[in-house]
Amino acid sequence: MPESQGGQDVSISAENLGFTRRQERTPPLRNTVLADGSRIAVIGAGPAGSMFSYFLLSMAETLGLDVDVDLFEPRRFCHRGPAGCNHCGGIVSELLVQRLATEGIILPHDVVQRGIESYMLHMDVGDVEIATPLHEKRIAAMYRGNGPRESEPLDTQSFDGYLLELAQEKGANVVRRLVTDVRRDNDLMTVACADQHSERYDLVVVATGVNSHLLENLEGEFESFHRPARTKTFICEFRLGHELVRETFGPSMHVFLLDIPRLEFAAMVPKGEFVTVCLLGDRIDDDLINRFFSSPEVRNRFPGGVIPQQACHCYPRINVRAARPAYGDRLVVIGDSGSTRLFKDGIGSAYRTAKAAAKTAVFHGVDAASFKQHYAPLCRKIGNDNQVGKVVFGFAGLIQKTRFARRGILRMTSNEQAQTSRPRRMSGVLWDLFSGSASYTNVFVRTLHPAYIGSLVWNLVAGNVPGSAARHGRASGEEESHVRR
Amino acid sequence: MGRLGKEYKKGEIIARQGDKGSCMFVIQEGEVEAVAEAGGREFRLRTMGPNEIFGEMALFEKEIRTCTVRALGPTRILTIDKRNFLTGVHEDPSLALRIVKTMSHRIRDLTDRLAKYEEAT
Repeated sequence: MPESQGGQDVSISAENLGFTRRQERTPPLRNTVLADGSRIAVIGAGPAGSMFSYFLLSMAETLGLDVDVDLFEPRRFCHRGPAGCNHCGGIVSELLVQRLATEGIILPHDVVQRGIESYMLHMDVGDVEIATPLHEKRIAAMYRGNGPRESEPLDTQSFDGYLLELAQEKGANVVRRLVTDVRRDNDLMTVACADQHSERYDLVVVATGVNSHLLENLEGEFESFHRPARTKTFICEFRLGHELVRETFGPSMHVFLLDIPRLEFAAMVPKGEFVTVCLLGDRIDDDLINRFFSSPEVRNRFPGGVIPQQACHCYPRINVRAARPAYGDRLVVIGDSGSTRLFKDGIGSAYRTAKAAAKTAVFHGVDAASFKQHYAPLCRKIGNDNQVGKVVFGFAGLIQKTRFARRGILRMTSNEQAQTSRPRRMSGVLWDLFSGSASYTNVFVRTLHPAYIGSLVWNLVAGNVPGSAARHGRASGEEESHVRR
Repeated sequence: MGRLGKEYKKGEIIARQGDKGSCMFVIQEGEVEAVAEAGGREFRLRTMGPNEIFGEMALFEKEIRTCTVRALGPTRILTIDKRNFLTGVHEDPSLALRIVKTMSHRIRDLTDRLAKYEEAT
């Protein structure tokens, strides 16, 4: 099978077709390598779209390649509420903060609503703070737009707006149009907009997120494409004021391990004068939300144990199974609309897929074979890790349902936090699981370490012995400062 | 508004010559100076500002820190872990490009200074 090399014609086997147009085989492509004057359409200026544009233009600049990037985004991220928001918990993971800094992208202080330096784990048997060994703020809480619907205009910049600016500085042209369709048009791709405007491109990059109707249209246009499987989540904002947020939540993200069926992960994230609540799980509904806010562990986070009025809320859907395939000739799907990590670090996945797709387009080609060889392995890696993630969350579900296991985990974690000289096996596992700083596979493998298992068994026994401190919801001497009731 | 990294006061040492290092640093805010001690004297090698990296040699070698870096005023520094960095480079080798460029600039700078020194002596 001949493949694209140096702009030669290619013919592609059915196996490599990726996105295949309905009732039509794609003819051999011409000029599948980007050249001076090549045109690229990026649909969606969320983190994936903006980072793709930024990296592609940076790499093209290094190579001395002059390409045009049109970044389609009808929304303006300076708006409050749904008009400017990308419906997300708004956390940039520790891993991504470091990766971006290594790339030379520093998140400015007016983008970061709060730097997070610890996690507070709340359970019915007690709370424990898990701090970074360096006591350094390396997780960023931020807004995707200009804040909740009922907020005053914030004197801050949105994360998505900042990334879009970076892409524009590199030369991306922002097109304020809503894309409604993408079609294969002979040898090129046509992007059609709601206002009947249409243009032809050498490459189309779909970065719309998982909640876009465009993905449905792509399923209709391309028989081989299956959009991601989704599940509903819940995000809401409470306005408590700067002082109260600082006093009550501090520089910590608050995570809840509660025995509520179908709830996989619940967190409160302090941001300026607001607190964002994120609930992830299977079919999040009103019953589950009410049970969460009725639990004492959650009510006790708020002044007087009273849940305040929500300033904003939404039920965004998240990707729980990747799009198949996430590439085709002159077409690639990145970020949430393609492959993303299960429940965690969606922005980190946007970065990884955006950069891998940009590298493929610049250095290898824009045909399906190139994306299959250089982009698909990353998507497979994310997908395989998510399978392990399901096992990890399965174990977490067992802990949620078992009070004696929660006591053991509380004891083990708080002891580790109290003594810096000991290996922090449970703290490390929980930190990486909550923060998304390590792959699920890495987390799972660490839980198989004999020392981890031995310590967990010992703490399960010691934490459940009648009369033990943990059993009565109290901390023993060494762990007292890290356990709160 | 939030800030990332760790705060250092004026004069505070961020990395000390002779210590074993396992991370590099990115300056978020403020300025730092890199100084080398030799023969009981201290020589300023360079000053660095926002977005510049230092301590990168510790990512590739097991050697000790070759100079001391201290804050010239209130400074905020982000630490990059060796493990996270190397895991990232394994997945995406281009992540190391910026560090290669920085090291290249520093070698060029040192070569210029060495040439000037040779000329003067």
